[in-house]
Amino acid sequence: MGPQWLLVLSAVLFTLGAFGVLWNRGAITILMCVEIMLNATNLAFIAFARQFDSAEGQIYAFFIMTLAAAEAAVGLAIVIALFRLRESTDVDELNLMKW
Amino acid sequence: MGALETVAFVILATLALASAMVVVFHRTPVVSALALAFNLITIAGFYLLLNAQFLALLQVIVYAGAIMVLILFVIMLLSITAEPRLHRSGSIQSVLAPLIALGCAVALGLAVYRGSEGGKYVVSSTDFGTVRSIGTELFTTFFYAFEAISLLLVVAMVGAVLLAKRRL
Amino acid sequence: MLKLIWLIPLLPAAGVVFNGIFGRRLPLKAVGTIACLSVLIAFGLSVGAVLELAQLPDGVRQFEIDIATWLPLGEIGGTDLTIPWGFGLDPLSSILLLVVTGVGFLIHVYSVGYMDHERDYARFFIYLNLFMAMMLLLVLGNNLLVLFVGWEGVGLCSYLLIGFYYDQPFDKRTGLTCADAGRKAFIVNRIGDFAFLIGMLYLVVEFGTLKFSELNTALASHGGTPGWMLTGIGLLLFFGACGKSAQIPLYVWLPDAMAGPTPVSALIHAATMVTAGVYMVCRMSALYSATPEAMAIVATVGAATALFAATMGITATDIKKVLAYSTVSQLGFMFAAAGVGAYVAAIFHLMTHAFFKALLFLGAGSVIHGLNGQQDIRKMGGLRTRMPRTFITFFVAMLAITGIPGFAGFFSKDEILAGAWNSGNTVVWAVLGVAALITAFYMTRLVWLVFFGRYRGDDASWSKAHESPALMTVPLMVLGVLSLAGGWVGIPAVMSGWFGAGDINKLHHWLAPAITAPGGHGADAAHGGASVHEAGMETMLILIATVVALLGIGLAWMIYRRDGAAAAWAKRFGPLHNLLRNLYWVDEFYELVILRPFYALSRFFAAFDRRVVDGLVNATGATAEISGQVIKLFQTGLVRNYALMFLFGVFVILYYVIRAV
Repeated sequence: MGPQWLLVLSAVLFTLGAFGVLWNRGAITILMCVEIMLNATNLAFIAFARQFDSAEGQIYAFFIMTLAAAEAAVGLAIVIALFRLRESTDVDELNLMKW
Repeated sequence: MGALETVAFVILATLALASAMVVVFHRTPVVSALALAFNLITIAGFYLLLNAQFLALLQVIVYAGAIMVLILFVIMLLSITAEPRLHRSGSIQSVLAPLIALGCAVALGLAVYRGSEGGKYVVSSTDFGTVRSIGTELFTTFFYAFEAISLLLVVAMVGAVLLAKRRL
Repeated sequence: MLKLIWLIPLLPAAGVVFNGIFGRRLPLKAVGTIACLSVLIAFGLSVGAVLELAQLPDGVRQFEIDIATWLPLGEIGGTDLTIPWGFGLDPLSSILLLVVTGVGFLIHVYSVGYMDHERDYARFFIYLNLFMAMMLLLVLGNNLLVLFVGWEGVGLCSYLLIGFYYDQPFDKRTGLTCADAGRKAFIVNRIGDFAFLIGMLYLVVEFGTLKFSELNTALASHGGTPGWMLTGIGLLLFFGACGKSAQIPLYVWLPDAMAGPTPVSALIHAATMVTAGVYMVCRMSALYSATPEAMAIVATVGAATALFAATMGITATDIKKVLAYSTVSQLGFMFAAAGVGAYVAAIFHLMTHAFFKALLFLGAGSVIHGLNGQQDIRKMGGLRTRMPRTFITFFVAMLAITGIPGFAGFFSKDEILAGAWNSGNTVVWAVLGVAALITAFYMTRLVWLVFFGRYRGDDASWSKAHESPALMTVPLMVLGVLSLAGGWVGIPAVMSGWFGAGDINKLHHWLAPAITAPGGHGADAAHGGASVHEAGMETMLILIATVVALLGIGLAWMIYRRDGAAAAWAKRFGPLHNLLRNLYWVDEFYELVILRPFYALSRFFAAFDRRVVDGLVNATGATAEISGQVIKLFQTGLVRNYALMFLFGVFVILYYVIRAV
């Protein structure tokens, strides 16, 4: 048994998450898709940790998890602030980065 | 042993993919959030399959527990009932995004598949995945990273509070 | 004095500089005096130099001096080619030198009177002095390139002087202005100069030098140069001479050159510039004598032009145009002489022609001046009572040009005809004879219509008609004396034999050593065989020439002395008269066949430049603009689009990373 298929799954989940980021217009759904991507990465890390019997991979995953939490918190705070500005969470409303 | 693992893997994989699809494609954000929670739990299942007990637990507590709750709170706060979909059909985004994502998937998947050919799980110690092993590594080799990350958490907390305030 | 010959062209040049800087502020008389003085001093120097040259023994009568190196060109054509600013004097250039400075001085004096009430007085004398400087450079240069500098310089001055009244309309028939006439002269000249340059280049390739002395030595040894090369070079140089000296097919500028003031016509288009071509051919006599083919062509073109131009003089009604066609015709005589090998005769005629043609032009100027601008001979008549001095000198010139025995033109023309006969070119002799007949005809016609009969203009102008001031009539008289006695230096041996004297042909003795005759002997065709052919044949020829002249005069007198007879004759020969009146439509032919396609080509290139070349440049600008517009489309401002581009970048990097694996 090897980590092959697990890694393929991780890759597929990752691109699925990336697609979700591009496809959705709601800010919160986009954040959720970002979480999917991060989880996919975590999966890959753990798989490799298992393959080489090291705790390092797990620790990386641990850190990524922490970071994801921090990022989710800050990201949601930003969504709330933007909601107050534009009365909606549609990211297409944020169209001022032009000139 | 191998067959059970394979079956478990297949089931979990299907569940993970299905719930991920729901997250991406469903109109209602609440349903997406719940699907995401389910997805996170399946990932935890994968961790268990790989003998990483501590992380599986951590996954459930932190991710499915804290982060999902946070997301659900915000959804409730903002009273988002349905997310607007990509309505301008034919615009570049709706055409290119699937294409590029597909391309990435194929490329990444192939690469990963080929690259990890012949790899096998090495199980030498029964210590793998225990709190003790992780803790030892964490507080010795990764000590500075650990401290830095606690600092990061503080900063994130302050930042979140500041950003969400109505008046600075 | 010989060592100072380089000073001679410099003196008029100094006049140019002085008048150029101070001319506007000086009184008219001062400007004129300075201009005339510079030429007078040049004349004095020339006389001194020639006298000194005469002291040298017969065989080595030549002098050269290289002032500075001009073009050290290094290895070309097998030899080291260095072109100096070099000047030289030998019998051939000495004659030209004296003619140019002497007649030039007389015309300068005349101009002071003629241009009296002209605006731009200073400009005129500046141009005139510049012309003198360039012409002297041409005559005194010891290599072809210095000659060419003078050649081009006189072309430039011709342009400047013809177009002197630049905005005045000139030709009612074609609508040309004087500036157009100047341009025409310059451009037609340039066509000839192009051939001249190519000929010079071939000379460099073939002989490795452009110095006359070295060319003569090289040509005398005859080594290895194929005949066709010599012929080619000869024809190319001759084509240049056709441009400068107004032969067929490049004569068309000379009649239109009459747009310039009359002194200009006298100096440039009668006495000096147009004779530069003849001078050049005689200077290169060593080359021409070595190619009978080229000489044949020169003779043919010369004879044809002589006849062709003479016919156009029969029907011309502008006093200056008649003289212009006459000049073209007489130049044809000179080239025909050179073509049959009678180089001495050609130079002799050049000299006498300078005298009587300048006199004719200056006299015409005097008439025009006295009639306050009238140039149409149909409106003149009976002026001999009003302008006696002009009339007498003009009449003397007419006798000279028609070849009445004793006058200058008689001796020179007779020598040309004798040369043609003696070299076996009887066709050329016959053609020249007919041309001489026609010359006598139209000159008599001109004199009659201007000075005899009754006045055909209106009464107001008759009462105002007056003789010209002394400043103008004195040069006329000096030239009159020269037209009378100028030929006496070239009395052929035959005629002096009648009176029992020996060979007193001083000119021939002076010139012959400087010229290479065909067959390589020092003598030339007209006289080399004086002892071979019978004296009787020569006397016969002289008689025929005299009869021809008298015949022409008589015919004209008969036709024109009655008022309506000329018109009747014109009607009788209707189509022929029309042909001559319209100058054989040559100008129209050139316009149609050469000029129009050329203009079309120019328009095509102009359009090409505008559309293609400028279009390319504009296209580069347009490309920049369009690419900017395209790139602008990427900046939508939508965050998701930017995220898409992120992923695309990731995809690209993935692709390359994975390919490596």
